[in-house]
Amino acid sequence: MDIMTDSAKNLHTEKMVINMGPSHPVTHGTVKFTVTLDGETIDDLKVDIGYLHRGFEKMCENGTWEQVMPYTDRLNYVSPLINNVGYALAVEKLFGLQAPERCQYIRVILSEMARICDHYTNIAAGAMEVGAMTVFLYFVEARDLLWDLLEEVCGARVTANYVRIGGLKNDLPEGFAAGVARAFKTCRELWVDVDKLLTKNRIFIDRMRDVGTMPAQEAIAHGFTGPCLRASGVPYDVRKAQPYLVYDRMDFEIPVGETGDNFDRYLVRMEEINQSMRIVEQALAKMPAGPINLDMPGMRWQSKDDTYSRIESLITHFKTITEGIKPPAGEIYSAVEGANGELGFYLVSDGSGKPVKCRVRPPCFPLTAAMPRMMRGRLIADIVPTFDMINMIGGECDR
Amino acid sequence: MIADLTETIIKILFIFSINVGFYSPILGWVERKQSALMQDRVGANRANILNFKIIGLFHPIADAVKVLTKEDFIPEGADKFFHTLAPFISLTPAIVTFAVIPFGGNYELWGHSVKLVIADLDVGMLFIFAFASLSTYGVVLGGWSSNNNWSLLGGLRASAQMLSYEVAMGLTLIGVFMVYGSLRLTDIGMIQENFFRWGIFMQPLGFILFLTCAIAENKRAPFDQPEAESELVAGYFTEYSSMKFVMFWMGEFLEIVTISGIVTTLFFGAWHLPFVTDQMLLSWFSPAGPNGAAILAMIVNVLVFFLKVSFFIWLLMTIRWTLPRFRYDQVMRLGWKMMLPLALLNIFITGIVLLVWK
Repeated sequence: MDIMTDSAKNLHTEKMVINMGPSHPVTHGTVKFTVTLDGETIDDLKVDIGYLHRGFEKMCENGTWEQVMPYTDRLNYVSPLINNVGYALAVEKLFGLQAPERCQYIRVILSEMARICDHYTNIAAGAMEVGAMTVFLYFVEARDLLWDLLEEVCGARVTANYVRIGGLKNDLPEGFAAGVARAFKTCRELWVDVDKLLTKNRIFIDRMRDVGTMPAQEAIAHGFTGPCLRASGVPYDVRKAQPYLVYDRMDFEIPVGETGDNFDRYLVRMEEINQSMRIVEQALAKMPAGPINLDMPGMRWQSKDDTYSRIESLITHFKTITEGIKPPAGEIYSAVEGANGELGFYLVSDGSGKPVKCRVRPPCFPLTAAMPRMMRGRLIADIVPTFDMINMIGGECDR
Repeated sequence: MIADLTETIIKILFIFSINVGFYSPILGWVERKQSALMQDRVGANRANILNFKIIGLFHPIADAVKVLTKEDFIPEGADKFFHTLAPFISLTPAIVTFAVIPFGGNYELWGHSVKLVIADLDVGMLFIFAFASLSTYGVVLGGWSSNNNWSLLGGLRASAQMLSYEVAMGLTLIGVFMVYGSLRLTDIGMIQENFFRWGIFMQPLGFILFLTCAIAENKRAPFDQPEAESELVAGYFTEYSSMKFVMFWMGEFLEIVTISGIVTTLFFGAWHLPFVTDQMLLSWFSPAGPNGAAILAMIVNVLVFFLKVSFFIWLLMTIRWTLPRFRYDQVMRLGWKMMLPLALLNIFITGIVLLVWK
């Protein structure tokens, strides 16, 4: 026995430093973890971001206010419509304008559909990473049904570029409400299937429960927002806290977790899918008829017919295209509830046609920054569900 | 002498062509198609010869051509000898173990007794264990010799997991041996001619434990920690390409076949149909003459055996595509704190029942 302890004491061991990423199956979104391992236990973890940095904020300064819109698609590319809406709302706030009623309803509908897609993708990927490949395809199928609808609306599945400052690119297509009803029926069936496959699955619970736990106080201190903060038991949702668009007219609940572990994050997202479907259905029922664009020639382009046939319209069109629309000088911060949390735009204007500064508050940046805190002392396999459930999106985090 | 030799060679060729020639390529296709079916997809359907696609059945051929023409890559700093040796060590046991599994009974053909098993060893099950343990070396060597940290972690996980589950698996089977009083798989098969003496009725707990341990030995989901692709990239075979990769892959598929074969033999009446004895089969086919009847009975038995094997392959694949994977420490805890005590309990109960019975 003595010999054993002696040799164990004299045994030379080293900690293994291993690079997880940037090209590793779990680091989708392109991020690198430098993990120091003691056996399989994580001794230390460093997060290295920036692999998807495109200079979004600098690019914005070189385009007109309207030319920023397609760039925002690439922020959180899983729910691009929310980014569109968030940016448009920020610029409108700078102008002190409000989009027409119908436009606001359509923005709510599409934001919520984007949120559903985002949660689908997140849960699907999370399940796949812990080995449940079938769940992945069930939710990807559901997401595809919604993408088909979004494609009908804006012509693109991923890079929507649909919302405009003071309006929208076009109105909803005919039969959209019926299409939504049809798609939601299948989506709900698939939701039940996934719920059966995961929520009471002992292996899945074992992998998710008590992993990546964040108590409410610490989550707030780290700057968590969105489903991850709500999983910790804090009922903060921008849609309820500072209602924008027509969210104050909608009847929906904010699901809240208890312990703030990965399983709660999963449950919160699953329930948010249902709540978002409720919002979409209510909005479709309540949506008034009317214009979708502001009737302000200097703000929102007029119809092609007018532009080609009336000289005043042609001149405004020419001026807004070349010089851009000109908000008053000043700075504002405006936030929407993104799929991952509070998506904020901080805009500075000097009264010219281009933004002086367009800063984005990405919801997943604080979440990614908390990875070392959540992972120290855990096993290497715990990185997988935790990193999935914080849902880091490279496009948004690195910009 | 010549007759015995011919018989053995025919049996070896038969099993080899069924396993390596049929099951191992077809299982790749089955896995794709079955997962596709479960996931509302179409699955592999593009490979074609002159525009004939026959539901994607040409994909195994396309795969074979692909892997044979790929670069055989050995990473820098890897131990060349062991890196090359590992897949062989991994594949061989998977092929060899089927030698002791009977795929039919005894038949009298032209005065010559034919026993449908390649090697009728009296230590049959021990032989399987011995070779199953050997395949652990392949995995560990592969992980260690690749000079890659992910491979190393995969290899370590594999060795810990396979050793732990072998203990539980061995103890589980002791119950079976106590009931049948033999290690010889042909004997165990014979006894199960009586439907009510099938292993599943004699050892229900043993069956569940054995199946779980067998999946863990096989390293497939939910026990695929050694290759957990989201954690360890591809685990112990991260650095393998070309034919060597396929050898690991084939080894895995052939292990599925072997496991299904063992489960069928030990728990599901081997080559017997329920309520149908060998004698009944022979009498049903008696119009074909004694030799004809024996041949027909043989064909029926072999078909029954491989149908059962195919059923268990299907079951294992369904499990693989349904469940998520455990965490490494959870697997070890399950092995030592659940499987092992339950296996001991199983032996204990079996012992008491046997004592009371007699």
